[in-house]
Amino acid sequence: MRRSGSPWTGLWTVVSKEAADHITSARMLMLQLLILFTAVGAVYAAIGVMKTVATQDQFLFLRLFTIAREPFPSFVNFLGFVVPIVGIALGFDAVNSEYQRRTMSRLLAQPIYRDALVFGKFLAALLTLGLTFFALWLLVTGMGLLILGVPPSGEEVGRGLSFLVVTIAYAGVWLAVAMMFSTVFRNAATSALASLATWLLFSVFWNIVAGIVAQMAAPSHPLFGPPPEQADLAQWVTRLSPNTLWTEATIGLLSPETRALGRVFFEQLQGMAMGSPLPFGQSLLLVWPQISGLIAAMIVLFTILYLVFQRQEVRA
Amino acid sequence: MSGAIIETRALCKSYGSFQAVKDLNLTVSRGEVFGMLGPNGAGKTTTILMLLGLTEVTSGIVRIVGCDPTQDPLEVKRRVAYMPDSVGFYDQLSARTNLRYTARLAGIPRAEIDERIDAALSRISLLGVADKAVGTYSRGMRQRLGLAEVLMKKPDVAILDEPTSGLDPEVTLHLLDIIRDLKRDGMTILLSSHLLQQVQDTCDRVGLFYRGQLALEGRVEDLAQTVLGSVYRVSVEAEGGDVEAALRRLPGVSEVARVGATAFALKSATDIRPMIAGTVAGSGGRLLGFSLIQPSLDEVYTTYFRETANAA
Repeated sequence: MRRSGSPWTGLWTVVSKEAADHITSARMLMLQLLILFTAVGAVYAAIGVMKTVATQDQFLFLRLFTIAREPFPSFVNFLGFVVPIVGIALGFDAVNSEYQRRTMSRLLAQPIYRDALVFGKFLAALLTLGLTFFALWLLVTGMGLLILGVPPSGEEVGRGLSFLVVTIAYAGVWLAVAMMFSTVFRNAATSALASLATWLLFSVFWNIVAGIVAQMAAPSHPLFGPPPEQADLAQWVTRLSPNTLWTEATIGLLSPETRALGRVFFEQLQGMAMGSPLPFGQSLLLVWPQISGLIAAMIVLFTILYLVFQRQEVRA
Repeated sequence: MSGAIIETRALCKSYGSFQAVKDLNLTVSRGEVFGMLGPNGAGKTTTILMLLGLTEVTSGIVRIVGCDPTQDPLEVKRRVAYMPDSVGFYDQLSARTNLRYTARLAGIPRAEIDERIDAALSRISLLGVADKAVGTYSRGMRQRLGLAEVLMKKPDVAILDEPTSGLDPEVTLHLLDIIRDLKRDGMTILLSSHLLQQVQDTCDRVGLFYRGQLALEGRVEDLAQTVLGSVYRVSVEAEGGDVEAALRRLPGVSEVARVGATAFALKSATDIRPMIAGTVAGSGGRLLGFSLIQPSLDEVYTTYFRETANAA
């Protein structure tokens, strides 16, 4: 049945209200403080390492993100851990809290479609994430400028910004996961737990799962050991995890000398200038599938939550 | 039908095998206050949601403010205001901010928003606390704020679902006053409630919902006639002698019940008031007083549902 009127009516009203809520919320403040302190710590540690090593490095700025001083994680490793948490924190009660506060029927009785409400909430959270990570990125770059005393090259800025975009997409995937659970479960605690369980599965257990699946599908030969298909399959399964996609994309973007993600045969190495960096465009091409994968995952998850929400009864 | 602002024809709604609304034919004229009565689960809220296009119609036709809410929900929701059962707000935001959000969603021109909000808040006497967080509000204040949202929208039709449930008598009276004011302004009001006394005082017409159907419909007095039959109810206060037996012997009296030490409730097919004094005196009792009981909706309600339950 055709319905008149635009599904976008009221979208920006929802976006601005929700974004204002996020930005002023105590929850977001806590997360921002957490990110701030740990990021400053990680970068400071990285700078300490760089000062002692003192190499002639073309990509000094990018090392800020990737160098770690044991036992602390590098800035990137730390982000890989904290970004999903921020995404989940912004999304886990997006829909069910409206039911719990009994504001849902009041909102939907206004001349807007449900599309505007759910898409507005998603956009607002994504905007908040983008703003937070952009500020963080500027902060890290600024610290680098102050302490290292060298400006980043154009390529480093480009790589850094692409890293930012990938990270926002990665956060968007976890935001969509959390919002999906917030639509499916009427209880905010249940949806938070479900989101965290999913995160735990992908960040801790997924590599083990991938190994087991590959071992079962392509068993090791008693004499020659594991067949090459086993490693391929294991990699294919790990790439179902947004964490893997994000890690690979980050490696490709922030370590310009990365030439391949995954298995490389010895023959393929012949004629390759080992250790020399790839141009930015080539690095981007290398990680393009990972970036597309993250964005596709976000869209698929949003579609699921949209369909579930459209079919829900307004009455709680 | 001219003048009808809400009209449903053979409206049905099923959830799986459960029929929440069955063959509902409802007509409400412009400027009328219509009361929807019925026990919980009778299909009142489901009907309201279908009128607003907030839930799918299984079959049948709905017309409200000249539109079909299944095809043109935005236009319907622009001209119809809805105050849900136990309305909720964002607790951390002030009343004014809450209303501003819905005003913008409702598409009220920006220049008018603040003015309309102030007018609405002052009408329900919440202007003084307009900038306090709604989290600090009592239940009555929230309900009033819900009504302010309706006022702010200046709708053609206001649908109020249980606006007075759980409120103390003073707030209830205040709310009903405002509702009557709205009627004077020419707004059509659909009021759902199970508090019969209020509906009786406020509504032009009422409909009794029972198991998803409009079991009875009409003016309150007419309803009483239909359900209770043409019965005169008289309460008599008298003491001494054998008053009860004497009253029972009166022509047309079908029932005499002792409801207190000196109080009796009579039901009779004719107006027996002229004979009461003589009868009581004749039996050696002293008459303290008597009066005709106006049929209340409460009675209509309980009698009707008792009868249908017995019949089932």
